[in-house]
Amino acid sequence: MNQHVSPKMNRRAFVIGTAAVGAGLAIGLDIPFGGPAVVRAADGSPEIGAWVVVRPDDTVVIRIARSEMGQGSLTGLAQLVAEELECDWTKVTTEYPTPGQSVARKRVWGDFSTGGSRGIRSSQDYVRKGGATARVMLIQAAADAWKVPASECTAANSVITHTPSGRTTTYGKVAEAAAKLTPPADVKLKDPKDWKLIGKGVKRLDTADKTTGTMIYGVDVKLPGMLNAAIKDCPVFGGKVKSFDEAKITGMKGVKKVVKVGDTAVAVVADTWWHAKTALEALPIVWDEGDNAKVSSESIAKWLAEGLNNDQPAYVGNKNGDAKAAIAGAAKKVEAVYSYPYQNHATMEPMNATALYTADKCEVWCGTQNGEAAFAAVLEASGLPAEKCDVHKVMPGGGFGRRGQTDYVRQAVIIAKQMPGTPIKLLWSREEDMAHGRYHPITQCKMTGAFDANNNLVALHYRLSGQSILFSLRPDALQNGMDPAAFQGVAQSGEAAFGYSVPNLLIEHAMRNPHVPPGFWRGVNVNHNAIYMECFMDELAQAAGQDPLEFRRKLMGNHPKHLAVLNAVAEKIGWTTPAPQGVYRGIAQVMGYGSYVAGAAEISVTDGSKIKMHRIVASTDPGYVVNPAQVERQVAGSFVYGLSALFYGGCTVKDGKIEQTNFDTYNSMRINEMPKVETVMVPSGGFWGGVGEPTIGVAAPAVLNAYFAATGRRIRSVPLRDQNITFA
Amino acid sequence: MANLTINGKNFTLDVEPDTPLLWAIRENAGLTGTKYGCGIAQCGACTVHMDGAAIRSCGVSVSEAEGKKITTIEGLASGDSLHRVQEAWIAQDVPQCGYCQSGMIMAVAALLNEKPKPTDADIDEAITNICRCGTFQQVREAIHTIASA
Repeated sequence: MNQHVSPKMNRRAFVIGTAAVGAGLAIGLDIPFGGPAVVRAADGSPEIGAWVVVRPDDTVVIRIARSEMGQGSLTGLAQLVAEELECDWTKVTTEYPTPGQSVARKRVWGDFSTGGSRGIRSSQDYVRKGGATARVMLIQAAADAWKVPASECTAANSVITHTPSGRTTTYGKVAEAAAKLTPPADVKLKDPKDWKLIGKGVKRLDTADKTTGTMIYGVDVKLPGMLNAAIKDCPVFGGKVKSFDEAKITGMKGVKKVVKVGDTAVAVVADTWWHAKTALEALPIVWDEGDNAKVSSESIAKWLAEGLNNDQPAYVGNKNGDAKAAIAGAAKKVEAVYSYPYQNHATMEPMNATALYTADKCEVWCGTQNGEAAFAAVLEASGLPAEKCDVHKVMPGGGFGRRGQTDYVRQAVIIAKQMPGTPIKLLWSREEDMAHGRYHPITQCKMTGAFDANNNLVALHYRLSGQSILFSLRPDALQNGMDPAAFQGVAQSGEAAFGYSVPNLLIEHAMRNPHVPPGFWRGVNVNHNAIYMECFMDELAQAAGQDPLEFRRKLMGNHPKHLAVLNAVAEKIGWTTPAPQGVYRGIAQVMGYGSYVAGAAEISVTDGSKIKMHRIVASTDPGYVVNPAQVERQVAGSFVYGLSALFYGGCTVKDGKIEQTNFDTYNSMRINEMPKVETVMVPSGGFWGGVGEPTIGVAAPAVLNAYFAATGRRIRSVPLRDQNITFA
Repeated sequence: MANLTINGKNFTLDVEPDTPLLWAIRENAGLTGTKYGCGIAQCGACTVHMDGAAIRSCGVSVSEAEGKKITTIEGLASGDSLHRVQEAWIAQDVPQCGYCQSGMIMAVAALLNEKPKPTDADIDEAITNICRCGTFQQVREAIHTIASA
């Protein structure tokens, strides 16, 4: 027998453990005479509207529907609620409602999805109203008790004051009475100039447990009687399990069961994950790989290259004038072909989920970027109705878009369903995680620019060929077959609009969908579009004999917000003053996720192949900044993620499978390779843009443009390791 | 069976001698603060101290760890008082997702034991942990803050 020895009881593990028996966040109802229902949190404290629970000791519990995965949204969302609530920030704590509870209450907490840099911007309005609603109710309850008009009372720091008499009370004291009031139909939100908490770089609410090992990630979930599962899915996407020889491993230590997971995967369930993994590696599996086994990176590249030809069909995403005619009649033409590879999210914590299936209930504990999508996966895989299912979100060890998908949740339920009553923790090995990502899509791009006799850019043709994410993951979002998201960063208008005015413009996408499953990878289509466009802008500037910054500025007169961040970056890096001896600069800008960003890099290059990063400067205009300290971290982190992909990334395909297997073949930047990122925030107000993703778009082109400045050599494909270029 | 000394306590664990220390710590001793990231000693998420030195516990077998003093993130604090690295991490809000930070903190604690005032070059050489969120800037600043305290 394997023994689980636990020297000290871990509080969070205990909470999660008991959650298996009862509900995670039990909500009770009592209906007093003459008033609406009072909804209670698990500890009996009353809800003041769905977003706020106030305890008698004045602790304020703020409900968070979106997922925290490191990006800081949990803290930012709490700030938004607390700003309007006028509560004592030092007494704020948070909790996740479950998707099951939300569905049971007609989705009172709205969308749980945490992707597309939407965490703050898509919920800021209703969460602030949630805070304001609670404040109005709390003040009203105090006014009722004092028998004075509510208009004579104010609230600050969880204290309500009756101004004329100077009487005071606290939120905790009036919470019970407030909970019985009918919420106001409408509330007025503060003018941004009156914000006290929004815009402040307050400390994150979730840091302490991350420094002591007590934070529970999906991989750490423990349930009574739990077994562990390791899984192997057919390495060729689309392939199936033909057979496996279970008898070869049934006697191995700790092995409890070998199960098929759908048509494509096999899992070994054992007492420990180490035993499960060891046995899985010894299990002979025969795959039916199918036709996809013939696909390679070379065959994909060839197919995509065909899409660059103008005789192939393409969807037009942005157009004005007649680019093809203008190019045909131009005084001078510049043409270049770029490419960007598949990338794996490689979250530090591999995919995992813990499922408990019984005849009348199915519960899952996992890190997820979309609690409701995970919930839907549980319903589908368990075959049980919504009222018998739930998902308990725990901290994910990174998301970056990967944990918006639910493949691992579905697998855990399918395994658990074959062992009713036994909780099963499914954990992917790093190798499985590399083999079964939802990869950044693969594309190529041919760009042609044309000048008149005075070196004015008169036409630009941007022809993208490659994979559509929506085609694979959200076909309902295609518009007459076109993937509108393919034009992120080069779109005509909207949250990822092109920042240049060119009299004759054609931006189009020849869709080619290889069998490798694509996904939303931090920055999504902004990544390659920004590299293509911003590197080519430098090529055009060079052809025109102009400074890359000045060349851009002349095209950006109608795009003042794009231009403002570019100017901010140029000023901070000192573009107009010479760089130190041997140091070269590159610059780039893009719009994505409703925000305007720009970046500049200073690098030196030894022997044409060893890059040392000296400085990175980044500017961002997300409209409003909720927490500048977290924005700074997201901007810096975007460079680490984006430059890791540029230097070390790239997933290649051989015999239909991904070749990279772990961090030895899919490396990531370390501290010695990364300079300080100097972030300039220029929030212009009046709109809410995202922060987690847009900056990644400018990371690679700023460095590639600096590399050209240093060497005179254009790099048009990623990763740099393929060209023997690495960090000094 | 293996006898391990982890965080000053003796554990008799029912594991095969070639089991990686990481999994004995996580699954048999039940200390989940030490994380699995790669299993091939590349990422550093599983960093613990063995006789005071930072090691990657996924690459060390239980038999190699017997008779040694193992310290995990759970054993870094002295009772209720946090280690100065943990304190600095909280004060400077270093973690993002936090998954790599147990290993990062253990690596930094070992560095500071060896070199109380590390230079940037010392940090570059000693801290080779992967952080996909990209907390390097905060890690470096926090190390310097501790060193200058």
